[in-house]
Amino acid sequence: MINRALQTLTSLKLTVVCLAAAMVLVFFGTLAQVDEGLYAAQDRYFKSFYIAPLWKIGNFWILPIFPGGYTIGIVLLVNLIAAHGKRFKLTKKKIGIFLTHAGLILLLLGQLLTDVLSRESALNFEEGETKNYSIDFRKNELVFIDKSDAKTDTVVSVPESRLRKGYTLADANLPFRIQIHQYWPNADFTTDKTTAGAVSTTANQGDAKDFLVLPAAKTTEMDKRDLPCAVIELFDDEQSIGTWLTSAILNPQTIQHKNKTFDLALRYQRYYEPFSLSLLKATHEKYKGTENPKNFSSRVRLKNKATNEDREVLIYMNHPLRYGGLTFYQHQMAADEAAVQQGHIPNSTLQVVRNPTWLTPYLACLMVGAGLLVQFLTHLISFLRKQKKKTNGPKQKQTPKQNT
Amino acid sequence: MKKHLPWILLTLCALWILSSLRPQKSASGIDHVGFGQLPVLLNGRVQPLNSVAINALLQIRGTRKVPLQGNNAKGEWGNFPEIQEKAEGPLTERRWYQFSKHPKKLGATEWLMEVMMLPEQANQRYIFAVNHPDLISELNLQKKGLDRSGLRFFAFAELETHLQKIEKHAKSINPKPELRTPFERAVAKLNHSLILFLRLKNSLQPQDSTDFAAELNDYLAEIPPGVQAFRNREAGEEFDSTAFDRLRQKIERYDVANRLAYPLLVPPPQPEKDRDEWSNIGVNLLNTIHTGGLPDAVKHYAAISSAYAQTDAQTFNASLSQYHSYLQKQLGAELKKAKIEHRYYNRFSPFQKSIALYIIAFLLACLSWFHPARWQWMNRSAYYLILLAAVIHSAGLLTRMMLEGRPPVTNLYSSAIFVGWGAVILGIILERFYRDGIGIVIASVVGFITLIIAHNLSMDGDTMEMLQAVLDTNFWLATHVVIITLGYSATFVAGFLALLYIIRGFFTKTLTRSTASGLNRMVYGIICFATLFSFVGTILGGIWADQSWGRFWGWDPKENGALLIVIWNALILHCRWGGLVRERGLMNLAVFGNVVTAFSWFGVNILSIGLHSYGFMDGTFRWLMLFAGSQVAFIILGAVPLRYWLSFRNTFSKNQNSTSEQTS
Repeated sequence: MINRALQTLTSLKLTVVCLAAAMVLVFFGTLAQVDEGLYAAQDRYFKSFYIAPLWKIGNFWILPIFPGGYTIGIVLLVNLIAAHGKRFKLTKKKIGIFLTHAGLILLLLGQLLTDVLSRESALNFEEGETKNYSIDFRKNELVFIDKSDAKTDTVVSVPESRLRKGYTLADANLPFRIQIHQYWPNADFTTDKTTAGAVSTTANQGDAKDFLVLPAAKTTEMDKRDLPCAVIELFDDEQSIGTWLTSAILNPQTIQHKNKTFDLALRYQRYYEPFSLSLLKATHEKYKGTENPKNFSSRVRLKNKATNEDREVLIYMNHPLRYGGLTFYQHQMAADEAAVQQGHIPNSTLQVVRNPTWLTPYLACLMVGAGLLVQFLTHLISFLRKQKKKTNGPKQKQTPKQNT
Repeated sequence: MKKHLPWILLTLCALWILSSLRPQKSASGIDHVGFGQLPVLLNGRVQPLNSVAINALLQIRGTRKVPLQGNNAKGEWGNFPEIQEKAEGPLTERRWYQFSKHPKKLGATEWLMEVMMLPEQANQRYIFAVNHPDLISELNLQKKGLDRSGLRFFAFAELETHLQKIEKHAKSINPKPELRTPFERAVAKLNHSLILFLRLKNSLQPQDSTDFAAELNDYLAEIPPGVQAFRNREAGEEFDSTAFDRLRQKIERYDVANRLAYPLLVPPPQPEKDRDEWSNIGVNLLNTIHTGGLPDAVKHYAAISSAYAQTDAQTFNASLSQYHSYLQKQLGAELKKAKIEHRYYNRFSPFQKSIALYIIAFLLACLSWFHPARWQWMNRSAYYLILLAAVIHSAGLLTRMMLEGRPPVTNLYSSAIFVGWGAVILGIILERFYRDGIGIVIASVVGFITLIIAHNLSMDGDTMEMLQAVLDTNFWLATHVVIITLGYSATFVAGFLALLYIIRGFFTKTLTRSTASGLNRMVYGIICFATLFSFVGTILGGIWADQSWGRFWGWDPKENGALLIVIWNALILHCRWGGLVRERGLMNLAVFGNVVTAFSWFGVNILSIGLHSYGFMDGTFRWLMLFAGSQVAFIILGAVPLRYWLSFRNTFSKNQNSTSEQTS
């Protein structure tokens, strides 16, 4: 029984089945992006263990359940490692195959780790501005900002994933306890009570207490964002201070309690860093006589008090800055004549990525490339030798008469 | 004699090809070649006016030439505007059986010269392709225009009265191109063509100018009194209103020309300082108010234009050659580059020549299979022609690379050229080893198809446009893009070899055992290299993505397409190693590789536009579906039991006879 299981696990048939399943998965996962948007389809098809159903056209579906990216990836990985453990001896003849598969294992493991460990955010600044944090446009946080200290603000942050009905939080930095009453992942406001679908809230404090909430579906478009919204109540012991409606649409609302002032906001998640970047100059070049961008570049000043660093860096297309475990890429820019004419200060957006395993694909590519090359070249050379023997043999074998 | 036939054929073809490299003479006495060579700036790059003309004409009419003669509705032959008056109804171009007729045609540059310098004439040419029946009837064009096998072309003069209607329609169409109805797309295309035509008309001079040189002389004389009048008026004093109005009218006209100008004709005033500072004629004329003088280039163009409008060939040629020597001094490098593009790329048309050679080679190689011994000269001829075609194809590729200063693949058009090139080289290598015509057929078929695809892609305009900022890196273009495109080539070659196996085996008796096992080895070997190229290419793409926006893999459609090819090739190899498929199974899997590659190459572009569009069932998508359908049909054919295959039928009946004999 165990033997048979082991045999299946190490068989080439399983490899082929996995590859075929991967074909189907990638194909439908790509099609699904049209309807669901890139990120949602990615999560549902590739960053999942199963998909149910695989595909739907109206009320019909193809395959009620299908293995997701994680399942296929893990089975393939196990199959690969098991097969090598069982069958392969490192001989000169097999070195190509061995190298190829070792590279693949590295690639798959690296990508799995990337999935878990990597983090993407963005840093937007105007010329002259300095920032020590980046923003994650796909995540939000509920924050209470204590501004009583002139030099630094103290921020208490609640990640969006915690914002569920009934969640409560008490923090030493806050003189009150927070309770979440309601939460919508994407919603708009209205003041018109007759609007269909509008929901009134129990809010009795702040700028938005008279607003009605218009819940909406999560967006699938790449260039739009969800605007979450929550109803929270604050308590001093068991005494209610008030109930606020907060949303990513609104500016920060001020809460005063026990001689302290707090700003309350639901905003993009921020990641703070121990160093700062200032934008010195944003440059947007275009090809003469066209609107096509030729180059975007940002000259920035990098300052780190801990290491006494203070230097200038030029970040431009295909030339990111790697610093402090992060990589800063030139992402967007509004610095051309049109932007300046509209009264914008030239500004630049850098993509900020933390990915500790970024080197694995480089290594994997080298290993697989070399492995395949070695393997196929040995094939080719032995084939050429045979072919040569044939040509050197009896002449008539070469004439096409042989074909008839 | 048969021994020499291949060489004779090769020599004839080579002579035909080389003949188009001869210096060109202008028949009418007007040196349109010299005019076509003039460098201008468009799409961010310096190019000859001839390229501007070809690309504009391809966008507007879909052809590189404009016919001037044909039949009228009664079937009378003659020059176009004249014969239409004799019979009511649309004109027709030469019909396919009218062998004795050789219609006069206007080359792209000659057409552009009319547009820029004699617009009245250009208005009479049948260039605007309108094919949607509703649009034709709405604009009342049923009985007008020129017909070529069902395609309809109309002259600006015929559309002129409907411009407002077209503009009104164009304003109300869906702003998202992918959501447009066929009618809306027809309107958008016509509107785009009309705007392009209008812009070309205003690039060299205001379109209503009849004697540009004389007009500029008047203008220079009008400036001082006009400016004086303006100043007086500003100061609230008495002013010369005629001088004021005259100057104001001119300025308004030049301002229109400035805003409409398409190619930038005036070269940088100080090339030693900044070689990018090209400008249009209109803006230079406006600046003249401050400077009081005209740039040399404007004067040259004015002289050229006036001579052309007066059909004074001698003066035209003299003015043109003066401008040439001016450019030679000021911008020698740009002039040389424009001349090279004009002569060795546009006029030589290496890819069109290759297409012709691929067709001949394909036919010869296929024929040779039916009598391999007697028709061996055909096989040899085909091989020589394929080599010649490969040289011409490579020359075209190298010329493009030189002109762009880039690795071979920079956009979809050049990817088609390069996929074909890779397949041709692979085919030639196969032919070197096997010498049985298979390599020739593969090279010619894939070469032909990809060049036809490229030709269709060239209808969208300049194929050497500048690269978007993120793509502006020769290192990644030379590595990732080249390697992955070679992966496409190899996968297609394997797929077409497999198609050949099925077609020859099923429909003919020419698939012998040795040919079959030869094909088997070829397909396997090519898939090995396809795996290598597509894998390394895909990973390099990921690394580029990591370099330029910080993520190795984002599951975006283009990446997934590349991944599908890698997985499919790996699947084929593992199936074979695991003994899950044999010869025929390998062939069927390889044929499906064609579908996967085509999806990755083109399907992904359709996806990013969106599946909901009306454009969904049209153009690229329809071709892609047809191709996929045909491949699936071949796979089904490939799965039919061998005893129904023409090549193997005898083997089976013999076997059956022998077994029945034994049993009896």
